Amino acid sequence: MASTQVNPTRMELSRQKKKLVTATKGHKLLKDKRDELMRQFLDLVRENMALRERVEAGIREANKNFVVAKAGMSEETLHTAMMAPKQGVYLETGKKNIMSVDIPVFEYKTRTADENDIYSYGFAFTSSDLDDAVKSLADILPDMLKLAETEKACQLMSAEIEKTRRRVNALEHVIIPRAQANIKYITMKLDENERSTQIRLMKVKDMMLEEAHHYKERQAAAVVE
Amino acid sequence: MYKIAVIGAYDSIYGFAALGLDTFPVSDVQEGEDTLKTLASGEYAVIYITEALAAELAHEISKYREQVLPAIIQIPGVSGNTGAGVAGVKKSVEQAVGSDIIFSNN
Repeated sequence: MASTQVNPTRMELSRQKKKLVTATKGHKLLKDKRDELMRQFLDLVRENMALRERVEAGIREANKNFVVAKAGMSEETLHTAMMAPKQGVYLETGKKNIMSVDIPVFEYKTRTADENDIYSYGFAFTSSDLDDAVKSLADILPDMLKLAETEKACQLMSAEIEKTRRRVNALEHVIIPRAQANIKYITMKLDENERSTQIRLMKVKDMMLEEAHHYKERQAAAVVE
Repeated sequence: MYKIAVIGAYDSIYGFAALGLDTFPVSDVQEGEDTLKTLASGEYAVIYITEALAAELAHEISKYREQVLPAIIQIPGVSGNTGAGVAGVKKSVEQAVGSDIIFSNN
């Protein structure tokens, strides 16, 4: 039953019918969008998980190396060594559109031409463990950037999927049934009105005929005779 | 042209300075929150944050979740992996699918 009051008129009926057609079409399109988004998302999220596991393992290794390096030299030396980094990493960001979701694409550039120019200290006062530690961290940097890109994409897409899913559900379970109920209600009401008009006309006709020919009086007379 | 930032306790992040990332050592939560806000509104496209600090700033981080930039990514700190990063990925799946159907068994 229609929960909101609609006018049982022909105009309202055609409006509701149009609404139903649009809603059905929109529902189909959104459902397709949701399915495709989901497909892309599942691929992406698997990649995300693999990258994350790799990066976390890499950072764990690097941290271990740093602890070893720290153990082998004084804290001041370590601080001094890390104080003035030679290398710089910059990002060029672009955008990629996956099913109307804008996801960022990162391209990274280093300040010095040589990407491996990462040792910001003279080698005289630092241990070789520190070199190893810095190297191990540098090795996972590309993966870390890839992770940033993928993880952001996953977050954005999951938000979009959630929104699309809500829309699909709203159309499927609220808008479309409501339009159908309204159409049914109006058709029934109109039919009912038509019938009642018909009956009223028949009744009026009877009364007019009665008025003109006096059937009942004649019948009564015939019975008396 | 964007830059990359790393926030967390000094011991967990000082190595990244050598690679050319900008490191922002913070010692308490309030400082971390202020730093994160400044960085997120500035020229940083990617902000790596240690899981330990991220756990304290979860509310702040969730604000940036649906923005294109910056990408705030959790990394394990020197004290070990808390699993918060993986939990973040699972949360994405949960949000998209409704329940975690991919990684629930491992």
